[in-house]
Amino acid sequence: MNKDLIIGGKKIKNRLLTGTGKYADKKIIEKVIDASNCEVVTMALRRVDFDKTNENILDYIPKSCTLLPNTSGARTADEAVRIARLSRAADCGNWVKIEVISDMKYLLPDNEETIKATKILADEGFVVLPYMNPDLYTARKLVEAGAATVMPLGAPIGTNKGLKTEEMIKIIIEEIDIPVIVDAGIGKPSDACKAMELGADAVLVNTAIATSDDPVKMAKAFDLAVKAGRIAYESKLGEMSNQAVASSPLTNFLNEAL
Amino acid sequence: MSFYNLFKHYSDFDFEKRFSNVNEGDIRRIISQEVVSRDDFLKLISPKAQPYLELMAKKARALSLKHFGKAVTLYTPMYLSNYCNNKCVYCSFNANHEIRRRRLIENEILKEGDIIAQTGLKHLLILTGSSRQATPVKYIKRAVELLKDKFESIAIEIYPLHPFEYKQLIEAGVDGLTIYQEVYNEEQYKKVHPSGPKRDYIFRLNAPESACQEKISTVNIGALLGLHDIRKEIFYLGLHGEYLSKKYPDVEMSFSLPRLKKAKGSYFYNEINNKDFVQLLLALRIFLPFFSINISTRENASFRRHLIHLGINKMSAGVSTAVGGHIDQKGAAQFEIDDHGTVNNVKMMIREEGFQPVMKDWVRI
Repeated sequence: MNKDLIIGGKKIKNRLLTGTGKYADKKIIEKVIDASNCEVVTMALRRVDFDKTNENILDYIPKSCTLLPNTSGARTADEAVRIARLSRAADCGNWVKIEVISDMKYLLPDNEETIKATKILADEGFVVLPYMNPDLYTARKLVEAGAATVMPLGAPIGTNKGLKTEEMIKIIIEEIDIPVIVDAGIGKPSDACKAMELGADAVLVNTAIATSDDPVKMAKAFDLAVKAGRIAYESKLGEMSNQAVASSPLTNFLNEAL
Repeated sequence: MSFYNLFKHYSDFDFEKRFSNVNEGDIRRIISQEVVSRDDFLKLISPKAQPYLELMAKKARALSLKHFGKAVTLYTPMYLSNYCNNKCVYCSFNANHEIRRRRLIENEILKEGDIIAQTGLKHLLILTGSSRQATPVKYIKRAVELLKDKFESIAIEIYPLHPFEYKQLIEAGVDGLTIYQEVYNEEQYKKVHPSGPKRDYIFRLNAPESACQEKISTVNIGALLGLHDIRKEIFYLGLHGEYLSKKYPDVEMSFSLPRLKKAKGSYFYNEINNKDFVQLLLALRIFLPFFSINISTRENASFRRHLIHLGINKMSAGVSTAVGGHIDQKGAAQFEIDDHGTVNNVKMMIREEGFQPVMKDWVRI
């Protein structure tokens, strides 16, 4: 119950992961990470400029953080694999968040292609964190393919709708032994808290922080919510009941001499 | 079914009737919905929706933030050639015009590319006039090969191609296609394109779909605003976008809203006022919120500054519309631009508005 979160052999103390997209100013990213004590930060490789002509997003991520480059823009397993290899070759480490998306309207991940990419990259020694539609069979195949975690979505990315996939996520938490990180859709600190209460190992929040009026404060709020949810989970929540406890229990007669 | 069939279905459509029946309640209902239908889109572009622009603007802004965040991606055009076989009545490159014709040679392409790359831009749009003879696919392919080490993303805006030709260019490193139908109204199309290969309305109409079939990454469509009734033109543009995005969900789609500018010899243009322009932009954003919206330097700096808050997420910067315009100033411009700001000026303007200028949003693999 109180087990540490370990991903790719690394112990992660803070269970809030964040991203670098959608910010008005890259400088805020540094402050957000500082305020929320995030240790794992995802960034789209398509946004990383390795030339010296422009300011580089990597300059705004503290060196103490573990970089989680993502394959945003990949439409197939093959494209995701190539982006991941580029990322490693460019010294962004060997962690990768696989995003294979071929629907630009809802930006839902393609589970089948995600499994393929996970297998190839895990075999090449990457620490693979695949973003997925919450489906138990896919989660099992990802484990088999060598994923370090699974990252089921709470709701379509960017929607801030919260845990719309709650029932499916509960099943994945119950059945899958590698860490489960709820990614996408989390709109409010209370959504993050709920995911943690359910037993998710961590959550990844970007849009809700980046597009709020005060991202630094909002990051802090998410940090606290994630911590609260985790403590609640570890302390076991009291059982919720829809009924009042019957005043004349039905099985009392068993204790009585008939 | 091609888009032409769908378009034909609406060619005798009674727009006036649809436009006449719109009230505040309709607009409030539409902006509270998650899914906006074609019928709703028609209401949003109706003249009767004009009193509710503020409501529409708030919705458009929220949708843009959700989909694109506080970020605007920058790109610039590079004109490779102004040779043209067409006689489009609104364009300076019209074959009848006696302008200095020029086509960049390899060294010039490299030089022009270097000058642009020094500004930090990573997204390039290469353009040619419509002449297969002067600028065959082979020439464009060579230009892409020369430029792809300098730019992360290369899009093309050239004459329409066959699918196999798009395939060749995609394999060479092109990831985006920009092609405007110019005017969707077929009759008007024939009038403003009196001769040359561009008279083939359907071939041009099918070009974006041909590129989608070859799995290009992004497609940007538009209509030249000022050639015909803008409300109807924007409806057809929205319809075209909806059709493509449903059929090719893996392609990133975007719209451009080029307002016709004065160009050499252009006798034909209807001024589009800012209010109408903004209404139609907002309607497109609300109808298809996942589409990018581009604003070029056809619009002036102060207007572009305001539009950042209304739903645009791509902008050109540091623009010259002349062939070799970055190497020297000798060439004739295709049209007059209204924002002469440098890349740094545009970046600063975006920052001042509380948005992030994005110089790179693609990775060539």
